[in-house]
Amino acid sequence: MKVSFNINGEQKTVEVSDGNSPLLWAIRDGVGLKGTKFGCGKAACGACTIHVDGNAVRSCSFPVRMAEGKEITTIEGLSNDGVLHPVQQAWMDEVVPQCGYCQPGFMMATAAMLDKIPNPTDEDIDNNIINVCRCGTYYRMRKAIHRAAELNTKKNNSESTQ
Amino acid sequence: MKKNTILFTMITFLLIGIITIGSSFSDNDFAIDQENNPLTAPHFDENESKAAFDKMMTVLEHKRCVNCHPSGAIPRQGEDSHLHNFDVKRGEAGQGLAAYSCNTCHSDQNNDYSGVPGAPHWSLAPEEMAWEGKTRIEIATQMMDSKRNGGRSHEDIMHHLTEHELVLWAWNPGVDAEGNPREKPPVPKDEYIQAVKQWIELGAVIPSE
Repeated sequence: MKVSFNINGEQKTVEVSDGNSPLLWAIRDGVGLKGTKFGCGKAACGACTIHVDGNAVRSCSFPVRMAEGKEITTIEGLSNDGVLHPVQQAWMDEVVPQCGYCQPGFMMATAAMLDKIPNPTDEDIDNNIINVCRCGTYYRMRKAIHRAAELNTKKNNSESTQ
Repeated sequence: MKKNTILFTMITFLLIGIITIGSSFSDNDFAIDQENNPLTAPHFDENESKAAFDKMMTVLEHKRCVNCHPSGAIPRQGEDSHLHNFDVKRGEAGQGLAAYSCNTCHSDQNNDYSGVPGAPHWSLAPEEMAWEGKTRIEIATQMMDSKRNGGRSHEDIMHHLTEHELVLWAWNPGVDAEGNPREKPPVPKDEYIQAVKQWIELGAVIPSE
């Protein structure tokens, strides 16, 4: 079957033999975007987190057939015209990654959260960002998430006054 | 003569009092509506009703149902009904939190690749419909109480229990992350559906024990 979707602003069609196969495979092997990582394959660790119509989903457990006609964003599409997304900037400012493998998933989950909760409390972060980092960068990520919220607010205020 | 008049007057007032007090109560206050009382209906068979009830409740008490009717803010999962991994929360609408909802991982079908179960409307029952830790009598009483079941009538409950895709998912629970089939309820689906309908048609009588 063929499945068409918009990914990072580009229309793409992939051909799959099983509509229930993970969207992750279609993104990595079909579209060729390797930023989204395979972690556990059980929708538990969150390394494969992407946005589908603005909501965070675990792409290892998202059937590709359900992507038909959807708007998909991966880590490659988080920045806009070369300008880093506030989450990416904050991640750099706070030097969050160690090995880095899980970080795209964390950043996508954080970006989705900031769209819905612009100024998250520590409790909001604990409840909504439940990905897994084997390097244990959680402490730095918490700081980066608060930093990203500040940058995001500034960016939105700046855009609204222009 | 005077004595008889006094006696007659007292009896008259007594009768008027009894009639007045009696008429201040409607039938609904304490009288049993014999026509609609399932316990005295001509077709009611207590043993039949009890058997249907027990068969239905054997399913509703099963982990495939109770895992999503938890008593707290965290769903249960697995064959041992452990707290859902990572303490995922029910959220206000029973569908998770703003940025981490049930649909972050669960879709409209079971996913054999990841072992993540799925069905349409994947969500938790509201807290007032929690079944975890309750007896079958308590579950049934709560389920049939319109104040605690979302205002559902007996017919609504019958449709929910026998037709809702998320309820019937229990007989198509898929495989877990290791590829092992999840346990199904111990009563075949058709028998369960028949038992639910029969129990409700017989008046939805909840046994005392």
